[in-house]
Amino acid sequence: MIPLQWYLWLSAAMFAIGIAGFLIRRNIIIMFMSIELMLNAANISLVSFGHHLQDMRGQILVFFIIAVAAAEAAIGLAIIIALFRNRTTTYIDEVNEMKG
Amino acid sequence: MDNYLLIPFLPLTAFLINIFFGKTFLRDKAHWVSILAVFGSWVVSVMTVAEVLQGRTVNKDLYAWISSGGFMVSVGFLIDQLTAVMLVVVTTCSTLIHIYSAGYMHGDKGYYRFFAYLSLFTFSMLMLVMANNFLQLYFGWEAVGLCSYFLIGFWYEKKSASDAGKKAFIVNRFGDFGFGIGVIMIFLSLGTLHYAPVFKGIGSLVGQTVNIHLLGVQVDLITFIALLLFCGAVGKSAQLPLHVWLPDAMEGPTPVSALIHAATMVTAGVFMVARCNPIFSLSPLAMSVVAVIGAVTALFAATIALVQNDIKRIIAYSTVSQLGYMFLACGVGAYTAGIFHLYTHAFFKALLFLCAGSVMHAMAGELDLQKMGGLKKYMPWTYRTMLIASLSIAGIPGLAGFFSKDEILWLAFSGSSPVGKFVWAIGTFVAFLTAFYSFRLIFLTFHGKFRGTHEQEHHLHESPKVMTIPLMLLCVGAIASGWVGIPHLLGGGAHFTEFMKPVLGHLEGEGTHGDEWMVMAISVFAGLSGIGLAAFVYLRESNLADRAASQFAFVHKILWNKYYVDEFYSAIIVKPTFWIAKNVIVRVTDGKIIEGIVNGVPALIGKVSEVLRKVQTGRVQEYASIMAIGTFILIALALFW
Repeated sequence: MIPLQWYLWLSAAMFAIGIAGFLIRRNIIIMFMSIELMLNAANISLVSFGHHLQDMRGQILVFFIIAVAAAEAAIGLAIIIALFRNRTTTYIDEVNEMKG
Repeated sequence: MDNYLLIPFLPLTAFLINIFFGKTFLRDKAHWVSILAVFGSWVVSVMTVAEVLQGRTVNKDLYAWISSGGFMVSVGFLIDQLTAVMLVVVTTCSTLIHIYSAGYMHGDKGYYRFFAYLSLFTFSMLMLVMANNFLQLYFGWEAVGLCSYFLIGFWYEKKSASDAGKKAFIVNRFGDFGFGIGVIMIFLSLGTLHYAPVFKGIGSLVGQTVNIHLLGVQVDLITFIALLLFCGAVGKSAQLPLHVWLPDAMEGPTPVSALIHAATMVTAGVFMVARCNPIFSLSPLAMSVVAVIGAVTALFAATIALVQNDIKRIIAYSTVSQLGYMFLACGVGAYTAGIFHLYTHAFFKALLFLCAGSVMHAMAGELDLQKMGGLKKYMPWTYRTMLIASLSIAGIPGLAGFFSKDEILWLAFSGSSPVGKFVWAIGTFVAFLTAFYSFRLIFLTFHGKFRGTHEQEHHLHESPKVMTIPLMLLCVGAIASGWVGIPHLLGGGAHFTEFMKPVLGHLEGEGTHGDEWMVMAISVFAGLSGIGLAAFVYLRESNLADRAASQFAFVHKILWNKYYVDEFYSAIIVKPTFWIAKNVIVRVTDGKIIEGIVNGVPALIGKVSEVLRKVQTGRVQEYASIMAIGTFILIALALFW
């Protein structure tokens, strides 16, 4: 039996990697992958709590997150493709015109 | 009787169909929807009236419209004898005028719009007459005013038409303001707006007074309410001093003038006063005011009509004058006679207008009597029907107008009203004037030689069947509609009076048969002499009119300029309003206050954002790191604090 803490450490580690990747990397595709990583970190902790508390709601919520993540992935990738077609770049420092 | 709801809602359906699909699908077929709907509503009305004739009435609340604390109003329908008469008048005139319009408006680019509004008007008018409470009455009241505005300004590209529409709407505001306060006063004093409890409870208000702090006077509560309600009637029915909008309303298409500004909407004021007869009857002062305003308006409008040259305006002033008669009748307590005149008037006045429309159709829109003449041989049917309508309005025995006018004059003469004799004298004199100007119109239009251009003469033709057949049908009404109220004196049964008794009560004239014969003889003599004088002036001595006009140049000028009422209002109301608008509203309120705020707020925001915008770098990761740091701080606070 693996204790709950281990799952939570895993989840926290994944989340931290996700945040770090999102903040540090400049390639938009990598950033996008980091976001997915953070979402899945949340999923892990939800499932593990669900298991720990013997409550199905944790897992149900995960299904929603997966569905949302799928939709988000579709839209996000579409945006990236549109961006690349217009600017021929995936580096966000080159697309910083949205400023005041 | 259960399907009475169809009566107002069929025209409403036609309106919705026409307004949504008229432009794209129906186009020049738009009239079918409206005509069928209004005809259907006529059929149901006739069935309903047949049941009312057997003594069955309806007073039913459909659903609660507003319910707020002690304020309860339902959408409800009341069908009694008074409503029944109005249903006949409204749906009959509306159906015939819808049919006529199919010919008259043919080819107009707003064809579907015209029929949509006409149906909406019919719906509103029916809601007005079928209401069982004051708020629904008020709804119908404003809705018909709105339709009137739409239809007067139907040809809105024409400046005079859109101006006339605005004028009608604004002048009506003055009356409706009073009417609205009257309704509120009723609610405040009786706690309800439904007819039945109001009319039952109004007696308990006798002797109560109300303080008007503004003027520092105390007035009788019932008189106050009655006069406020009458304010609304004065506006809607174009009585002095708010009559100015009706002649201008003739800028609208002629079928509109016939339906709205002659037969139905403008009679709403008379209907309302008759409906509120339990209120008015308790206030002798208000009654006398109604009678005198009616009589004076009748005289005033009739004298103006004597000298005008615009064919539609003459008929419009004639309408104002006849409405004055109806108020005169209500004011002396003869509500039945007033409603009777409303009912006969609807037929012959709608007919007069439609005939005028037919003449305009032939004359390519020409309105000036001085450019017509001799149209008799070109348009025989228009001539015949218009002649009958004029005979009817002049009160020639046997025709509709005779019976109703005679009833009014007799009851004014013999009733117990303190102003009865006075208004009777005016009424009789107006009967003479009415006959004179009506036949002046006939003689100048149809007799003599044509005075227009050759081009116009070449164009002259009788109107198509779709227009002349409604004329003939209305003509039947102008002849026969009065036969339901033949007085006992002439061997009739006075069925109309009997029929209306449950709602309007009964006023018995005091006098011998000899008196009654005398009143009748005088009014018939007045009518005949009016016709005779018109024939003498305009057929025999054709330059007599001009000589009289130059002889009495001063009087003629006053009448020609309609007593300068418009100029007077322009000087005391319109110009000061414009002055205030220009110097106070535009310069101070708008220029300083509103623009100050409107421009000041964005200027402030601009300054603040000047500072804030430096934070917005456009780099996603900077935003994300701020967010992440913020989150860490929050979590840290939650954990360790």
